[in-house]
Amino acid sequence: MLDRSARVTLAVLTVAFAVFFIAPFAGLVERALDNGRTFDLMTGETARRALILSLWTTSATVILAVVLGTPVAYLLARTHFRGKAVVDGLVDLPIVLPPTVAGVALLTAFGRRGLLGEPLEEWFGLRLSFSTAAVIMAQLLVSAPFYVRAAKGGFEAVSPRLEAVAYTLGASRTRTFFRVTVPQAWPALLAGVVLCWSRALGELGATLIFAGNLEGRTQTMPLAVISAFEGTSPGLSGAIAYSLILLAVALVLLTAFRLVASRASPAA
Amino acid sequence: MHWLGAGVPMLAILAAAFLGASCGDDERGPAEAPTSVSRETASPSAAVDPEIKGNITVFAAASLADAFTAAGEGFEAANERVSVTFNFAGSSALATQINEGAPADVFASADTAQLRAVAEEDGVDAQATFATNLPVVVVPAGSDTIRTFGDLAHSGYSLVLAGEDVPIGRYARQILANASVAGGLGAGFSASVLANLRSNETNVRAVLAKVQLGEADAGFVYRTDAASVADEVDVIEIPPEFNVVAQYPIATLTGSGNPDAAAGFVQFILSDEGQAILAEFGFGPPRKN
Repeated sequence: MLDRSARVTLAVLTVAFAVFFIAPFAGLVERALDNGRTFDLMTGETARRALILSLWTTSATVILAVVLGTPVAYLLARTHFRGKAVVDGLVDLPIVLPPTVAGVALLTAFGRRGLLGEPLEEWFGLRLSFSTAAVIMAQLLVSAPFYVRAAKGGFEAVSPRLEAVAYTLGASRTRTFFRVTVPQAWPALLAGVVLCWSRALGELGATLIFAGNLEGRTQTMPLAVISAFEGTSPGLSGAIAYSLILLAVALVLLTAFRLVASRASPAA
Repeated sequence: MHWLGAGVPMLAILAAAFLGASCGDDERGPAEAPTSVSRETASPSAAVDPEIKGNITVFAAASLADAFTAAGEGFEAANERVSVTFNFAGSSALATQINEGAPADVFASADTAQLRAVAEEDGVDAQATFATNLPVVVVPAGSDTIRTFGDLAHSGYSLVLAGEDVPIGRYARQILANASVAGGLGAGFSASVLANLRSNETNVRAVLAKVQLGEADAGFVYRTDAASVADEVDVIEIPPEFNVVAQYPIATLTGSGNPDAAAGFVQFILSDEGQAILAEFGFGPPRKN
């Protein structure tokens, strides 16, 4: 099927790719093992609080993305209207936006002098910036589009005829959606959740600007990494130790997702 | 699939480039080490050498961004064959980058600790203090939440500082500690102030931005930062008995690939012309010790 030069090419490309992607992680691990303080830093208070905050805020972000994003994705997959391409583009926009800009944009909208932030504070005394809610909002803005995109693709792949059959059999729209559409689109939805969660876990720029950086309240794992890196104590060794935690958590959870996904649809 | 045939030679090139890049890294030290040419020009008393040329990269504290950009233009005007590239960030981040091999020729830090960190790891030549700066408290323009230094002890407002390892963040905490004495503002002053802390920013400009935007009710920055956005923030002076004077040291780095031009830049900063530019942006002259 493949001739010799094709196989050699494939092998060389694969090795080059593997070296390029594995080397940075290997570098981190090598540095971490070299440093006697790594273990103390990884089990320290800063790391613990940042990890807990990261885990629960990203979970909240994913839940919000699914609750708010699924209807949008379904509508975009099932309806056709003039200017739909523009709406599609708008949904994808935060993917392109540099996270720093996303953070500034959030401030201009929800900051104390923002479009919505000012009335919110005036009427309800609600102040979002520098709060854990701001962390979740920053994560949601940059990560939800990944879920919506994947979910939309999943819904588009479900034949409207299947839904029509369910309706003729007397199933309600809601029942059809949850019993027919969602199970059919499940692998895509799950992939969207994984993408969304991964992006939220790594979110740094928007959070730093909109939510600030305070241990236990808004300092997620990526912010702990950048704070360590920009400081002298623990400095670079801290940044590396915290990065390792982030990578380990991501690896465990991504693998778990894969296993769930392969259970859900052995064909995928 | 005959396109693969064309792919093979291209791959070889890619692979060569990849290997070349990795080898180059190992050779970086000796290759870039200057062949010890006339280091005497590093002496601050010497006149600017008319022969200097090429590019230099200056790593400078975030608070120096405006002043050094102007000084860089002055230096390039005086030395037409030299071009200066700046990298502005928190001094501590710059120190880490230099120690990790970032190609810098000159390092200007907002405190001596960061320069020392670089000196210990990488080595510096010709170190000198070139400017001083005073921390101040800034509040959003027209805000009446905080009106005096003592008001900082109130509760229920948002205070933003730079992190404890960023020079201005360390100075801020030192100032609060200085004020927390009997005869000062009381032993509990610092703790009451820090109870309002909402964020540890990674550099002074980020602190300023949060106050400018009105997100924070108060922040500690340098006088020069406050002056750069005078319409958007009000300045509250810190009582001199509690305040600290920030000393800015500058040095050429031992690993510089263009030590003559690097020394020329340091000389320019220390010269009357350079000092006049710094003064324009609100920096004080270096204190003689």
